[in-house]
Amino acid sequence: MKKELQVAALENGTVIDHIPTEKLFDVVNLLGLQSMKTPVTIGYNLPSTIMGCKGIIKVADKFFTDEEISRLSVIAENMKLVLIRNYEIVEKKDVVTPDQLKGIVKCANPKCICNNEPMPTLFNVVDKVKGVIKCHYCEKEQALKDVKLL
Amino acid sequence: MTIADLSKEKLNYLLEMAREFEKNPNRELLKGRVVATLFFEPSTRTRLSFETAANRLGARVIGFADPKITSGTKGETLKDTIMMVSNYVDVIVMRHYLEGAARYASEVAPVPIINAGDGANQHPSQTMLDLYTIYQTQGTLENLNIYLVGDLKYGRTVHSLLMAMRHYNPTFHFIAPKELEMPEEYKIYCKENNIKYVEHTDFNSEVIADADILYMTRVQKERFTDLMEYERVKDVYILKNDMLEGTRDNLKILHPLPRVNEIAYDIDDNPKAYYFQQAKNGLFARQALICDCLGITLDDVKNDTTIIK
Ligand SMILES: [Zn+2]
Repeated sequence: MKKELQVAALENGTVIDHIPTEKLFDVVNLLGLQSMKTPVTIGYNLPSTIMGCKGIIKVADKFFTDEEISRLSVIAENMKLVLIRNYEIVEKKDVVTPDQLKGIVKCANPKCICNNEPMPTLFNVVDKVKGVIKCHYCEKEQALKDVKLL
Repeated sequence: MTIADLSKEKLNYLLEMAREFEKNPNRELLKGRVVATLFFEPSTRTRLSFETAANRLGARVIGFADPKITSGTKGETLKDTIMMVSNYVDVIVMRHYLEGAARYASEVAPVPIINAGDGANQHPSQTMLDLYTIYQTQGTLENLNIYLVGDLKYGRTVHSLLMAMRHYNPTFHFIAPKELEMPEEYKIYCKENNIKYVEHTDFNSEVIADADILYMTRVQKERFTDLMEYERVKDVYILKNDMLEGTRDNLKILHPLPRVNEIAYDIDDNPKAYYFQQAKNGLFARQALICDCLGITLDDVKNDTTIIK
């Protein structure tokens, strides 16, 4: 009931729910929320029956592109996006791992060209289930859970 | 270009082109063209091979052999160097110490890039000359028994060869010390591509009795974490002349060179030794790679009127 109220408080915009608490600020950084002009409400350490403890972010008047949403997959699985229009939930979206990650994560190989040249990184997702990505440049496979954001 | 990604048709096409260059290596097919050789990491033998390939086709060659005397150390980006050189030449041959450098260069450069080795990643021209040598000595690439010996963990040439051979139904034998055995990812690759393989730690005449190709590599001390292990195995993976008794008549011994001590010097006179001819084939394989990336076709090469007899 409380959650319904939190969601309903937004007239138009997006609610990002089920964020692991420790990843909350990664989500903020990845979506560039600190430079948003519209109101952003950040809930930290909220009780959750499923996760024990979670983060939630509400962004007014903002609807993320599928590309932006897919970026979130590098932070955590199982996050949910709820799109609100006129206080009503109009759509729910899951975070889906994309086929490619461009300019989002860092290659773990220090001898990779992308760590030594001013250039965007590029990874192909080779196994969405196990979360394995492969650097387009050095061809090293790496686990999504271990990679660092740029 | 990644050899492992090439189709069987494309590989066969390039091999056939290399064979034309073996018949007639001296031509003026590239007269008026300029080839750059940019070696951000020194490799004299690879550079000489590429430069000879270009010169024997009538191209002119510019470039640098040692990045210490060029802008690379002044903090210029790879992209800037590539863009600058692209203004002057028709094709760039590059070797770099960073992995993926050639792929990145090929994405930014307006001219074709040939990868002459990028760190531990790829060395496609070596793979082409290895394939060509196997084809030349056996008359086919199909259904061969190929024995890879020595450092199978870090040896990138054996990994590329393994992947390129997937089209030809080979049976591989991996002969290596435990610490340098074939990595799991390549064994998985074999299973996924129906490549048969057998693993050995012993290296003797019985093990190699059915070999068509014996591909030797260096076992380097710095690859070992356990130096006791190195001392124990360092003399095990040395090929000696008496081990070749009882081997197949068509057996040929290959090595990417330079060798250290893994092939005894008295083998050089054995007709089964083929590593120097193998290095020579690098010339023909590289002539084919340069022509292919300049849009010169096999038909152009076959109907070439610029041959110098
Ligand atoms: Zn990389």
